Amino acid sequence: MQVKETLKHLWVAVLGTLVIAGCSSTATEPVVEQQPATEAVEVIEVAEVVEESGPGFAGDDKTPVDASGNPVSRTFYFDFDQAIVSPADFAALSTHAEILRANPNRSIVIAGHCDQRGTREYNLALGESRAKAISAILLANGVGSRQIEEISYGEEELANPANNARAWAQNRRAVVSYR
Amino acid sequence: MQNLSAKNLVQLCQQGMAVMLMLSLAVSSWADLDTIIIDQGVDDPIRIAVVPFALSEDLDSADNLDKLIRFDLARSGQFDPVAPENMLSYPSTQDAVFFRDWRILQTAYLVIGQAQTNALGQIDVSYQLFDVATQSQLQSVSFVISRDQWRDVGHKIADLVYTEVTGVRGAFSTKILYVLAQDIGTLNASYKLQVADVDGERARTLFNSSQPILSAGWSPDGRRVAYVSFDTGRPSIILQDIDGPSRERLTNFRGINGSPVFSPDGRQLAMVLSRSGDPEVFVMNLETRKLRRITRHPAIDTEPSWSPDGKYLVFTSDRGGKPQIYQLELATNFLERLTFVGDYNARARLLPDGRHLVFVHRRNGVFHIAWQDLLEDRLLVLTESSLDESPSLAPNGAMLIYATQDQNKGILAVVSVDGRVKYRLPSSAGDVREPAWSPFLPDVVIPRDR
Repeated sequence: MQVKETLKHLWVAVLGTLVIAGCSSTATEPVVEQQPATEAVEVIEVAEVVEESGPGFAGDDKTPVDASGNPVSRTFYFDFDQAIVSPADFAALSTHAEILRANPNRSIVIAGHCDQRGTREYNLALGESRAKAISAILLANGVGSRQIEEISYGEEELANPANNARAWAQNRRAVVSYR
Repeated sequence: MQNLSAKNLVQLCQQGMAVMLMLSLAVSSWADLDTIIIDQGVDDPIRIAVVPFALSEDLDSADNLDKLIRFDLARSGQFDPVAPENMLSYPSTQDAVFFRDWRILQTAYLVIGQAQTNALGQIDVSYQLFDVATQSQLQSVSFVISRDQWRDVGHKIADLVYTEVTGVRGAFSTKILYVLAQDIGTLNASYKLQVADVDGERARTLFNSSQPILSAGWSPDGRRVAYVSFDTGRPSIILQDIDGPSRERLTNFRGINGSPVFSPDGRQLAMVLSRSGDPEVFVMNLETRKLRRITRHPAIDTEPSWSPDGKYLVFTSDRGGKPQIYQLELATNFLERLTFVGDYNARARLLPDGRHLVFVHRRNGVFHIAWQDLLEDRLLVLTESSLDESPSLAPNGAMLIYATQDQNKGILAVVSVDGRVKYRLPSSAGDVREPAWSPFLPDVVIPRDR
C-alpha cells in the first residue's frame, strides 16, 4: 500500500510539472529488464492461497494456471491493422479474469505489439488498441481497472524479426504478464 | 547515356570507397555508417572537374579536399565529376588553367584550390569555380580553419559550388539523426541515438539505452532534438541538447507519449498522447509547458507534422477505417483529408514549398515512400524497396532520407523528391533506422569572398 501511495504521488508530481529534470547518464540508472514495466510495483504482498479447485498460479507465482493446473495462454494474436480479439481467445481471457478477481492484489501488464509493416508511430497506436481490446474483455469480466496496465511497444519488440507472413503473424500480438 | 553515367558513378563510388574507408579508419569511430552506394543518378548529370588541391607538405594528401567535394557532388546524382586520372592538367592557380584542357573533357565547370598551414598553425583554404564555356570565374572563396574542420570545409565548398551551379541551396554540411539498434533480442540489446554528417561520417552517440528509441527530430535551429525513449520501461518524450549536457523528460503520461515534432518557429512541440484514452494530437508550448489538445476523435490520430508556415498540422488518422493523411488548420479547426489513393497512407511530411507531401504508402501490399502534389492531386511512388518508412526531408527539399530493409537488415536510403536519384547508407554496426535530416546549420567554417 505504501508503494501504491508513493506511486500515486509520483504521478501527481509528473502531471503537475510535466518535467523530470536532467536525467543522469544511463550508466547510473537501474538496469531495466527486457520484460516491460516491472519496476512499478517492487514489493507486493504474497498472493493469497488459491483454492485448490479454481485457477491460480503455478509454483513460480507468475505463471497463471487453470483449474486443472495447465498454463493459461498469455499471448493473443491479431490480424493486420486490426485490434479485434479472436473469439477463440475468450476462454483463456475468462480464466485470467477469474484469477485476477480471486487475487485483487495482483496486477498485470498487457503489452501490445505489431508486425514490422507500416509506420512506427502508427504501430504504437495500433499496439495500444490491441492491449486495450484485451483489457476491455477483462474489465467486462469483473477485473478491477487498477489491476491492469497497458503498454504498447508498436513494432519495437518483435517476437520474430524475419520478414514473412508467418513471422508477421507471430508479431501481431498482445501479451499478458503477471507482476 | 544513363548506363554510362551510372557506370561512372559506380567507378567513382569505388574510388571513393577506398578513400572513405581510410578516412573512417583514421578519424572516425566504428559506429559510422558504411560507404554510400549510389544506385541511380539523373540521365544527363553536369560534368564538373574538381582538381586535386595544392597542399602544403605538412598536410596529408591521402584525404585531399577534392575527393570529398567530388563525392558530395556525385552523391547528389546531379553531377558527374571527372576522375583525376583522366585530367590533362592539374592547375591550382588561375594562371595555370587552360580552358581547352577542360573543353576536351566536355567539362562544364572547373574547381581548383589550395590549402596551406599558416604561421598560427591554422589552415588557409581557398578555391575558385570557373564556367568552362564562358571561361569566366564564378566564385573565389577562402577560409581559415583548424585541422579538425577539414571535412567541414570540404562539405562547405561542395555546398557553395552546388548552389552556384544548380540554383538550389546545397545541403552537404547538414547532419542526420538515426537510431542504431544492436544485438536486439539478446540480453545485450542496445539502442543508440546517433548524430552524424549527412554522408554518415563522424557519427557520435547522443543517447544510449537498452530500451527502444524512436521518432527523433530536430529543432529548427539544429541545437536540440526531441525523441521517444522507452528507458523507464514506458514511452516518454525526451528533449536534449545536441552539444550540451541538458536532457529533459518532457512527458511521461500513462499510455503513448510519441511523435514529437518541433514547430517551424521552435516554440512548440506537436506530440501524441493517449492519456485521455486514445491517441490524440497535442501541442506543447515549450516555454510554459502547457498542453493544447488538437484532435478529438475516438480513432487513432498520430504522426503530426507542421506546415512550413506553422498554420497547419498534417497527421495520420484511421477515422475513415484505414490510415490516411489529414490536414487541420489550427486557427479554424478546419479538417481536410489529403490522401485517397490506397488503403495505407501514413507519417506525412510537407515539403518546404507547402504544396507537396511525402509519406509512407502501401501499394500491392508493399510499403513505399510516395510523393503527392496537393494542388494537382498527383501521386508518385519514389522507392522500389519494401518496408520503407520514416521519410525525412533535406532542408532544401531536394532529397529525402528514409529507412528500409536490405537482406533483413535495417538500412538508410536517400531518394530525390523526383525519384531520379537514389543512394544507400548501409551500416555494418547494426540495424539503422528512424533517420531525421537536420535543418540548415550555422556555418562551422566561415567563407570569405576574395
